[in-house]
Amino acid sequence: MASPLPPSRSPRRRNLLSGALFGIGVAAFVDEVVFHQLLQWHHFYDRSTTAAGLFSDGLFHAFGWFAVVAGLFLFADLRRWHEVILQRWAGGVLLGAGAFQLYDGTVQHKLMGLHQIRYEVDLLVYDTVWNAVAVLLMLSGAVLLWRTRAAVPPAADARTDA
Amino acid sequence: MHSHGEGGFPAESLFFIPAVVALVAYWAGALSPRSGSWPWHRTVFFTLGVAAVLATVLNPLAELSHTDFAVLSFSHLLAGMVSPLLLVLSRPFTLALRTLDVYPARRLSRLLRSGFVRFLGNPVTAAVLNTGGMILMFRTGLLDAMQDSMPVHWLVTFHLLAAGYLFTASIIGRDPSPHRAGYRLRAVVLILSIAAHNILAKGIYADPPPGIEPAAAEQGALVMYYGGAAVEIVLIVLLCRQWYQWSRPRSRIASGTRHQ
Repeated sequence: MASPLPPSRSPRRRNLLSGALFGIGVAAFVDEVVFHQLLQWHHFYDRSTTAAGLFSDGLFHAFGWFAVVAGLFLFADLRRWHEVILQRWAGGVLLGAGAFQLYDGTVQHKLMGLHQIRYEVDLLVYDTVWNAVAVLLMLSGAVLLWRTRAAVPPAADARTDA
Repeated sequence: MHSHGEGGFPAESLFFIPAVVALVAYWAGALSPRSGSWPWHRTVFFTLGVAAVLATVLNPLAELSHTDFAVLSFSHLLAGMVSPLLLVLSRPFTLALRTLDVYPARRLSRLLRSGFVRFLGNPVTAAVLNTGGMILMFRTGLLDAMQDSMPVHWLVTFHLLAAGYLFTASIIGRDPSPHRAGYRLRAVVLILSIAAHNILAKGIYADPPPGIEPAAAEQGALVMYYGGAAVEIVLIVLLCRQWYQWSRPRSRIASGTRHQ
């Protein structure tokens, strides 16, 4: 509305943003489908929570849905402008997914006690694996992002802008 | 206990009047040559939208929603989310501006540009009316009053429809709106409204509203949570698609004159 011309496009930033949004959305979705619905390890609401917990969970769920849709539309936009840097986008996905999982595993599971991964088992193994996987995802994402820190879209020159 | 309408002319039948008036007006516009081959799917959307809200004030839904909280939840979903979405997609104001005579059309366009409509159509105002109404309904005595009195039930249904329409139009509306908010604000308001809906649904699941049995509250909350999510995902996709079409590549010269 307020921007008559396309905002100065930064393909590197856009690839990262699109990937990270998609990654957050996918991680939230996998958590919901695999752990809530298929395995039924934890649930919708575990009756052990605080108002702050309900609030953060509701907000994150809403953001997760938005993130996956917006991330994909941003990806379609990158393709349309011939600006996809696939490695960088994948780095964004890994970073976003890892960051969500780490947030879920530390803030929601531990700080707020919103729900646990499983019940009536020794949680230490589960928590360690959950958060270690999160850190690994983030690290591998960071490596890809570092390697593509100066990348240029392959077809940038071919783009007809005028 | 709810004996209204028995052995006489059921008051609910009166709702056919505004519904039929709205349908006749829309169909007349859509079929008139001035509409310029109005896409038929918009007429279908409008018809279904009116039918959806009409269904919530007629039996069996009206009667059942007084005894079954899950049915009440479903009625709210129809009146407050499904029907507004269908009505917004049917673009009634575009049709009216195109088919009305010059003077009524000018008056309508002046109304749409007025400060009051601009204020109501702001996503933040619309979201407050929409979410605020829901919070009042479940966290005050309003729900009780609705169960006891049909007129209160009708008023609440009207509020759900009106606030739902305002909200949906402010987020994804395609009717002429001279002061439409930017994409960033609309995205943030949509995310926060979905979050509020999620939080309220989980709150009802955990802590039933006054006068509702826990098992019934859980059923109703599930309808609200998952049924709401289905409509919300459609809203997200439509908002993102609108942005995608708006930001399409085009020549620099043409982009100087682009509208929002």
